[in-house]
Amino acid sequence: MALVQELDLGTPASRNEKTVTLTIDGRNVTVATGTSILRAASGNGTQIPKLCATDSLEAFGSCRMCLVEIEGRAGTPASCTTPVADGMVVHTQTDRLARIRRGVMELYISDHPLDCLTCGANGDCELQDMAGAVGLRDVRYGYAGDNHLADTKDTSNPYFTYDPAKCIVCSRCVRACDEVQGTLALTIEGRGFGSRVSASAHESFLESECVSCGACVQACPTATLIEKSVLDIGQPEHSVVTTCAYCGVGCSFKAEMRGETVVRMVPYKDGKANRGHSCVKGRFAWGYTTHRERILKPMLREKITDPWREVSWDEAIGRVSSEFHRIQKTFGTRAIGAITSSRCTNEETFLVQKLVRAGFGNNNVDTCARVCHSPTGYGLKTTLGTSAGTQDFDSVEQADVIVVMGANPTDGHPVFASRMKRRLRQGARLIVIDPRRIDLVHTPHIDADYHLQLRPGTNVAMLTALAHVIVTEGLVDEAFVRARCDLQAFQDWAAFVSEPRNSPEAMEATTGVPAESVRGAARLYGTGGNAAFFYGLGITEHSQGSTAVIALANLAMATGNIGKPGAGVNPLRGQNNVQGSCDMGSFPHELSGYRHISDSTTRTMFENLWGTELDSEPGLRISNMLDASVSGRFKGLYVQGEDIAQSDPDTQHVLNGLKAMECVVVQDLFLCETAHYAHVFLPGSTFLEKDGTFTNAERRIQRVRKVMQPRNGMADWEITLAIAKAMGFAMDYTHPGEIMDEIARLTPTFAGVSFEKLERLGSVQWPCNEKAPEGTPVMHMNGFVRGLGNFVITEYIPTDERTGPRFPLLLTTGRILSQYNVGAQTRRTHNTAWHQEDRLEIHPHDAEQRGIRDGDWVKLASRSGATSLRAKVTDRVAPGVVYTTFHHPETQANVVTTDYEDWATGCPEYKVTAVQISPSNGPSDWQRHYEAESAATLKIATSVAAAE
Amino acid sequence: MTQRIFLSRDMAAVAVGADRVAIAIARAAADLGHDIELVRTGSRGLYWLEPLVEVETPNGRVAYGPVAPGDVPELFAAGFLDGAAHRLAHGTTESIPWLKRQTRLTFARCGVVDPVSLADYHAHGGGKGLARALTLTPLEIIEEVARSGLRGRGGAGFPTGIKWRTAAEANAAQKYVVCNADEGDSGTFADRMLMEGDPFLLIEGMTIAGLAIGATKGVIYCRSEYPFAIATMNAALAAARDGGLLGTRIAGSDHAFDIGLRVGAGSYVCGEETALLESLEGKRGQVRAKPPLPAHHGLFGQPTVVNNVLTFAAAAFVLTEGSEAYRSLGYQRSRGTMPIQIAGNVRYPGLFEGPFGLSLGELIDDIGGGTATGRPVRAVQAGGPLGAYFPRALFDTPFDYEAFAARDGLIGHGGLVVFDDTVDMAKQARFAMEFCALESCGKCTPCRIGSVRGVEVIDRIVKGENRSMNAQLLRELCETLKFGSLCALGGFTPYPVMSAFTHFPEDFGLVREPAEV
Repeated sequence: MALVQELDLGTPASRNEKTVTLTIDGRNVTVATGTSILRAASGNGTQIPKLCATDSLEAFGSCRMCLVEIEGRAGTPASCTTPVADGMVVHTQTDRLARIRRGVMELYISDHPLDCLTCGANGDCELQDMAGAVGLRDVRYGYAGDNHLADTKDTSNPYFTYDPAKCIVCSRCVRACDEVQGTLALTIEGRGFGSRVSASAHESFLESECVSCGACVQACPTATLIEKSVLDIGQPEHSVVTTCAYCGVGCSFKAEMRGETVVRMVPYKDGKANRGHSCVKGRFAWGYTTHRERILKPMLREKITDPWREVSWDEAIGRVSSEFHRIQKTFGTRAIGAITSSRCTNEETFLVQKLVRAGFGNNNVDTCARVCHSPTGYGLKTTLGTSAGTQDFDSVEQADVIVVMGANPTDGHPVFASRMKRRLRQGARLIVIDPRRIDLVHTPHIDADYHLQLRPGTNVAMLTALAHVIVTEGLVDEAFVRARCDLQAFQDWAAFVSEPRNSPEAMEATTGVPAESVRGAARLYGTGGNAAFFYGLGITEHSQGSTAVIALANLAMATGNIGKPGAGVNPLRGQNNVQGSCDMGSFPHELSGYRHISDSTTRTMFENLWGTELDSEPGLRISNMLDASVSGRFKGLYVQGEDIAQSDPDTQHVLNGLKAMECVVVQDLFLCETAHYAHVFLPGSTFLEKDGTFTNAERRIQRVRKVMQPRNGMADWEITLAIAKAMGFAMDYTHPGEIMDEIARLTPTFAGVSFEKLERLGSVQWPCNEKAPEGTPVMHMNGFVRGLGNFVITEYIPTDERTGPRFPLLLTTGRILSQYNVGAQTRRTHNTAWHQEDRLEIHPHDAEQRGIRDGDWVKLASRSGATSLRAKVTDRVAPGVVYTTFHHPETQANVVTTDYEDWATGCPEYKVTAVQISPSNGPSDWQRHYEAESAATLKIATSVAAAE
Repeated sequence: MTQRIFLSRDMAAVAVGADRVAIAIARAAADLGHDIELVRTGSRGLYWLEPLVEVETPNGRVAYGPVAPGDVPELFAAGFLDGAAHRLAHGTTESIPWLKRQTRLTFARCGVVDPVSLADYHAHGGGKGLARALTLTPLEIIEEVARSGLRGRGGAGFPTGIKWRTAAEANAAQKYVVCNADEGDSGTFADRMLMEGDPFLLIEGMTIAGLAIGATKGVIYCRSEYPFAIATMNAALAAARDGGLLGTRIAGSDHAFDIGLRVGAGSYVCGEETALLESLEGKRGQVRAKPPLPAHHGLFGQPTVVNNVLTFAAAAFVLTEGSEAYRSLGYQRSRGTMPIQIAGNVRYPGLFEGPFGLSLGELIDDIGGGTATGRPVRAVQAGGPLGAYFPRALFDTPFDYEAFAARDGLIGHGGLVVFDDTVDMAKQARFAMEFCALESCGKCTPCRIGSVRGVEVIDRIVKGENRSMNAQLLRELCETLKFGSLCALGGFTPYPVMSAFTHFPEDFGLVREPAEV
């Protein structure tokens, strides 16, 4: 294996369809109009020296290395900034050019340390390469003159260093921050010889606005910005392209390796989801894979109060098998079940549900998507016919109006947010519908046209009011509706939304948003060109989550904003493979491809291939399993890669359910919160240690490739195989590719997917079958999957969770950039430098009434429970609303969330909880109790631990 | 009958006491019971005569200067209100040879009219160019300008008609007309004089450009060192709006055009048109690579014409008098007149507008009258701090874009700075590198690092360290700067350096190479 080399053509591709032909160094070359001479030459095999140009950034023209001569034109224009012209005759190598290039290089090196042999970039330095290319042999200026060689290095960022002494002021970092990331945290300060890169207003990188996405480090041609891991380890020797295991954007990375050691993760330019960009998590936060707290050996215990005992894989798997058999014999076939993971691969997820359906003989399988995007599946299937987002990410480049609702892309889906921000900077209009003033509302060069700051829990009222304006002001795309949708359903819906009680004016009291803003936003959505919805858990995690998803689809259909690039209804999926885990049949009622278990044709197909009869009754959902456990009917659970004790609502209910089980099997990287209640712990493997596929939020199936042997000894899919085998239901696969072949055989939307095709194309978006052999970027182009688009009436029914005298405030929850989900991984990386604890955001008015100052400890109490954390007083939230994140187990934010859930899918209502806030002295009784209990259940037998 | 007296309010005149003279005249007139109207005009540009007091007589305005406040009672006593003779009298202003010799097209009204009086402007023929332009199609306006042969007066000499046509042909909802009034060249003051003396002419020229390219917004970018010009321009803009010359219906037509004025922050490089646009956009004044040209992708990414003050003013003349009136003057490819600013160590400093083609020697020795110190002229720097130093041997060079370029020089914005034989040309060359280092935006490498190294190399040459190697290094550095720099700051710095080095090697401790036979 070798390093995956990506050719840098110097400037971005021209999108012009016309071509021109020119002559470069005597050879004819035909390229798209608007292409730079530099890129045209590069594509023609002529490498013109360059330093400030790179094909991820617009041409800048500052380094003056890429100068060329053009016949009939005076001077020596820069080839990066000069576009090609028909008949142009270009010379890239002349004596004069050689003299100038060498002269420029001599100037560069006159202010650059001569420490190449001990430099971190040695072997990966464009300055070094160019000095060689131009034949610099001498620096006649000497080193006695003015220079920056003694400038001090900034090592504040945990992942990279900034060494101004090595800076050649090419501005690639500044431009990457501007153009690619869109944070505009970097600038050049000073002028002339004093010009240097500055983070914010001459702050350290850590203290600055820098979000540590790594784009600047990637763009830097020298060792000025360089990963600390490269400084520590040295240059990588081979690389493997794989897919990030954090959020649902699904960024493609090159894992750059030295043997089995990851040197760095570098975003892959050919990755169609991320187009060469990354965020602080995927780029840098992979240290958890080798964290000392990772468990690498299987463990057992009789009671959850016993210390853990390390055992062999055979003993552990044997225990699982014998316990599950015993439980089924004693309590019935349906007394056990499993939870699949949205963090694991499609193949692993498919195996777990297969184990349950075919091995356990019941359908008690559920997944964490239950608690996040299950309403997306339900809502989009009901209206459009498919349980998935309608667009690819590239589509945003053609959006004219972007509506972000109940999502915080700059924190939750940062790489997609950067692509969205780029489009917004180009002039697309923005509507944000969110109770909280997320960063996107006002960020450099972007201001939302409308921020509809609605009261938590009133999404459906808001969306129906928007629909009211669309219908009553004649903004419906009648041709589209007539051609593509169920007319009767449309008319019923139109009559419903037109009712005066659904007008923005009538809904104002409910949503708290001025009617005029709602009308303005609706008009913009209806008339602004291609309009696209991007939404997140702020839509789904409500008692009317499914209704809200339906309302989005209704609006998109009514305005014809679906089935074309630039439009659509796009869920921003939270986890790397939440789409895939749903696709793979993780829900108790559905087989892969969203086909109901009661459908005998589909079931028979599975039964024939699997050689066993399947239960035709849907199984238990997670919350039902926990209920059944408390009432003594459910006794054994296999949890693969999900921490329900921290992430599921109403923690005390979850814990009671877990405690009442007789065999809880947890397969995870760490002793997570759920592991406190487990009897068997099976160490899991990270995404770096296995093969398979993930499916991102745009339905893109991408390969995960093994870059090192599983440190725990077995990849997750192999563990599931071992359990199946021990339980007497053998599954024979030698490689995950074979599992995908089986998925393809059984699932029409995956019929054309194979590892071979993924190797060839890089990735495909399902549906991928005979009709679409290379996949489907934008769905519903020529008709809805269900036939005619279905409008469904969206009556607003307020949640039963109401504020009152005891709990007068509404709590809503969200995420922060540097931490991921329950934080199991990111808390075990240097990302803690940015977010050491969860804080409660509270409006200054509410804070003042309660005597709370910024940084004070406060008690957050609901009818479910209470926890304590520190307050952050901010007007990001409206009066009456408080907000927190749930990344840290100490906070236990879900102790306060309630058991209300979406009417259709049971998705918990995380986003609305009536709470009271009061000053507090520190952690709550519950937190203290929990901490003590955690300590007790976390023990690993000392003899074994000491032996290590 | 009210007697009208004219006295400049120009910054240079005020600097030598014009305001104090004005007070003295007002006082004396009051004391003596004379009914006078003191009109504060722009400058005539005869700076060695400032403060220049002119008195209106039946024969024309009679000039007295330079007048000190203490001279005023004496002037009244001598009967200067009637144009009487006096030791400070020069006859009618128009008859002063230095002025009489000129062909004042652009500066015809400067020093004559009250600069902020729209009525005065119209009374002296102002506004006719715009009136005519309003009767023409955009294409006809552009053709008229193109036919005149007018070239950009900022220094680059690019044909104005072609620039306007490019912007006119660009398709955009919003276009801009930007006036570069960031006059930073040493020894130049024509833009300032015009803005202080005839601001409506600039407004008229910009408005014509707006009609030609289809722009509704104009911006004047003026350097902060010109507080008088800023105040005068702002007063004129307000008067033009009040008078209906700017606004939604300019001069009663269906066309809209308005102009805003922005003030720079002291950066020389912001006079470079793309850095100027960056600065106008509120960004760091850093040069942009071209292409794209501002005519395609200028202010806020929109098609923009950027021209110098004098270019717009000349365009207004062209529309007023017709392209032939302009084109008929000049020398070879340099058509029309050039307001030449003669400064430095010179006996008669000032603004001399005349057709192209006068030799450098005529301009310095004849019109400028040699040095103020009376010592021999050793060198003249033409075209600002980035212009070449011309030795007396090259004084036969005609004032013309191409002729100067052929001798490794440039006429730039028309500034001439004269030095006598006490000048140290190595110091001047070092200063050029130092100036470049100080004013470099830092974007491109040759200018950012090369200018600093240039100073160091010249120092080593002067000190005698490894002279021949360093002399060669300096030549190569200048080639790198000339061909490698992103803009003219780095690209033209070799002109003063290499001209000093070539023509005056002895100042660097080098031996003058024998002239070729």
